[in-house]
Amino acid sequence: MLHTVNKSPTERNTLESCLKHLKKGSAVLLIEDGVYGALKGTSASKMVEQALKNHPIYALYPDIEARGMQDRVIDGIKLVDYSGFVDLVAEHPTVQAWL
Amino acid sequence: MTEATGGIEMEEDTSGKIKKFLYVNRKAPYGTIYALESLEVVLIAAAFDQDVSLAFIDDGVYEIAKGQHTKAIDVKNFSPTYRALEGYDIEKLFVEKESMDARGLKEEDFIVPVKVINAAEMADLMQSQDVILSF
Repeated sequence: MLHTVNKSPTERNTLESCLKHLKKGSAVLLIEDGVYGALKGTSASKMVEQALKNHPIYALYPDIEARGMQDRVIDGIKLVDYSGFVDLVAEHPTVQAWL
Repeated sequence: MTEATGGIEMEEDTSGKIKKFLYVNRKAPYGTIYALESLEVVLIAAAFDQDVSLAFIDDGVYEIAKGQHTKAIDVKNFSPTYRALEGYDIEKLFVEKESMDARGLKEEDFIVPVKVINAAEMADLMQSQDVILSF
């Protein structure tokens, strides 16, 4: 399953809840304000780095760049563009959009 | 003159007391419209020559992060507008230290000069205002 998260981890607990419900083989894609969850040195970083050990985590680069966060992304998080977003959706049988 | 305006006195009152206005910004840019709306209100209010301060707390600190490039999401990058505030005599910009630290940001990561204060000092700043507008 592909999980998408579009809320900032310091605004809502959406990312935390999503990561708690990941099963083996699930991937996470951070979009919109969700990309703040992809950053180093924040209060959410440790939680995300932990999840990254077991699950691929992606972040939508246009949203990262819009927010000026391009130099702060956690190593190991894969950056995708819009067509990469489409590929991820196509590759996974189901998508859960955490709002 | 008063007839045309329905009897309302339209002469500008220049004797009014200058009030202290604080705009509290707590939302990240682009994900919601709050940050942009706040900035628009600040610019409009600048015409009224009041004593204006801006506070950036929680995700609001992301509003003034350097290096924003919004071309790929096809949304207007309004971050350079914060630099124009100085031209409207809006120079009191406060960032809460705790919010900045929780997001791994430093004072040099902002596109405008700010004063970094802690939460207790922010509370004092809020307490000292006549009007607070929260976004």
